[in-house]
Amino acid sequence: MAFVDKFPNEAKLVRWHFGVGFIALAIGGLFGLVQALYRTGYFRDALPIDASQYYTVLTGHGVLLALVFTTFLICGFFVWAVTRSLDRQLAHQRVAWVGFLSMLVGTVLAALTILNGFAPEIPFGSADVLYTFYAPLQAHPAFYVGAALLIVGSWIVGAEYFLTYREWRADNPDERIPLQTFMVLATFIMWYLSSLGVAVEVLAFLIPWSLGWISQVDPLLTRTLFWYFGHPVVYFWLLPAYLAWYTILPKLAGGKLFSDPLARIVFVLFVLLSTPVGFHHQYTDPGIAEGFKFIAMTNTFMLLLPSLLTAFTVVASLEHGARQRGAKGYFGWLRALPWGQPAFSAMALAGLVFAAGGFSGMINAGMNINYLIHNTIWVPGHFHLTVGTAFALTMMGVSYWLVPQITGKQLQHKTIAAVQPFVWVVGMTLMSNAMHRGGLAGLPRRTAKPLFRGEGAAPFDPVVGSIAEMQLQIALGGTLLFVALAMFLVVMTGTWLSRSGVGQLSVNGTIPSPLSGPADSPRILDNLKVWAGIAVVLVIIAYGLPLYSMLADGILSPGAGLLAPLLGL
Amino acid sequence: MRIHRFEKLWLAAAFVLIAAFIATIVYGSLGAGVAMVGDEGGTVNPDNPTASDNFRDPGVYQTGDGEYAVYVEARQFAFSPGTNQPIRVPADAEVTFHVTSGDVTHGFELVGTNVNTMVIPGQVAELTVEFDEARTHHIVCHEYCGAAHHAMEGTIEVVPRDQFEAQNDVPEVSD
Repeated sequence: MAFVDKFPNEAKLVRWHFGVGFIALAIGGLFGLVQALYRTGYFRDALPIDASQYYTVLTGHGVLLALVFTTFLICGFFVWAVTRSLDRQLAHQRVAWVGFLSMLVGTVLAALTILNGFAPEIPFGSADVLYTFYAPLQAHPAFYVGAALLIVGSWIVGAEYFLTYREWRADNPDERIPLQTFMVLATFIMWYLSSLGVAVEVLAFLIPWSLGWISQVDPLLTRTLFWYFGHPVVYFWLLPAYLAWYTILPKLAGGKLFSDPLARIVFVLFVLLSTPVGFHHQYTDPGIAEGFKFIAMTNTFMLLLPSLLTAFTVVASLEHGARQRGAKGYFGWLRALPWGQPAFSAMALAGLVFAAGGFSGMINAGMNINYLIHNTIWVPGHFHLTVGTAFALTMMGVSYWLVPQITGKQLQHKTIAAVQPFVWVVGMTLMSNAMHRGGLAGLPRRTAKPLFRGEGAAPFDPVVGSIAEMQLQIALGGTLLFVALAMFLVVMTGTWLSRSGVGQLSVNGTIPSPLSGPADSPRILDNLKVWAGIAVVLVIIAYGLPLYSMLADGILSPGAGLLAPLLGL
Repeated sequence: MRIHRFEKLWLAAAFVLIAAFIATIVYGSLGAGVAMVGDEGGTVNPDNPTASDNFRDPGVYQTGDGEYAVYVEARQFAFSPGTNQPIRVPADAEVTFHVTSGDVTHGFELVGTNVNTMVIPGQVAELTVEFDEARTHHIVCHEYCGAAHHAMEGTIEVVPRDQFEAQNDVPEVSD
């Protein structure tokens, strides 16, 4: 029985989340294409934007993809995961819908202020502040209100998962938490703890400041609050992909998960270590003592552990699946995997690309090596492998598998779908390798025209290749990525608009139980209160003193004294 | 709890890798002396940084024998000095940059080197560099700072130390 037939209301909720997410993906993706063609100089004159509007495009690309697309897909995907794994309806549907509406209104507000950069007659005002919105660059208040509504909306949808879990627990006092629900709850504990930073930044500082209620804000304090959230948010993107790799991918490979206990340990480690790491985005920031940066670095490197464990467990599960299908040999099993199925190939390729992204992430995390690549185009080269592929391509794979189950319709355009993940990976390989190498040569990120003194006297001295060749690969890769995105959207739109009830659905939502089940692990793993408590302590250790010193030298202005600007002194 | 033998090996290898990474960084800063930006630069009044006790008029100063200090103020969309006139510093000397911003957040990077810092209003980034050859370096602002961000750039001219000392127009300060 398909998910939509068993849980029609929950399926509707997932559909709405995915629908809004796909619209954000379409617009944000188009902006990405414009950037690739403008920045590299190809078709710069043919594009209908000027250099300053490049930053409008960049803001839209970042906000719509990194914040809007991700959050909607995650919240919708988790509704499915909780409902399916607890095998019960949501406890209070209305709560989740309120959260969804809050996210939707927030998105519309923020999107309007961004689009205002193209046409001033669009309501409110402009917001050319990029998705990091570092003060004292200022956006219209509607942008910050929109961001706050998006975050708070996700909190409300998250509350629904906990309420539903509580009801399930009342009926099943002695059972282990089903794995998918465990993963959802762990992810959201991490999300509540970490998104608090950006919520305080926006609600306590940026909104009052943009409305003129306070005259200034401390740039270092606000960006520290941003990065308190800004790194854990990448795990908010990554953990849903892990949920898919642990629980859906092994089944698609023809097998089952290798180890349920290890999966739980991995998620517990992410609850503990995801948040006290934000200073590794601020290695080159003045005003933060090196000791605090070192603590963040140690925590960051410890996070390699759960990701390396994931690599082991996922690959072992795939190999098990392949051998169930009769594969032989050390590497022969790779050929036996169902590469022609888009749901499988998208997720498996995403995992493979994530390994490459993990390696460049290790460079980013190295406190002194980081100086070579900080704010160069290396960094977007890195995160297009992680959020831009590990997350995005996994969610495309999830969609190929899940959208039929939440709509009751057969997947359409299967050939396009089968080719799409490979087009994505080819495009990403071209774009990302060039970005990494460009970064090593010092090519900056976040700039409409990266070449020094216009075009001529470029001081960049690449180790491998030439700047012109890199620009070509970035333009070509970006174009292929846009083509792959369009292919995905064609498949989704075609599926969505097709007639329902035609034939039997070719997917089924059952997930086999793991080789090593939850009974092999200690029950303490399921005690999320304990892990949340330890996570809070680790955050206090990492952030207590530096935040205190930033506040003590003046909440709104460094060096001015604690409350000086507040008191009008 | 049951853990597969291969998984235990993998786990051990992962721990070794993590320890090795941390060890290289510790060696880099303590052994090889790779300097990083910390909080040594102190704070300034973001509305008027160059008048603060903790800063000077932008420019190059001699602070000791073979020791120089460069005070740079970043503003939309220029480094002062750096953009309108190049920053001249000697090779084979200890050059300490003090960089701050008079408006929004900027970046300060010498292309292709690890001289790289954020420039944050209210904070002074302090970093010490030794240039081992006479050549021109290019400065880029690597943090988005407004509509003409991409035009914000500058140059540093590193000249041989004896030639630099011969020009005799660098103010000496005790610092």
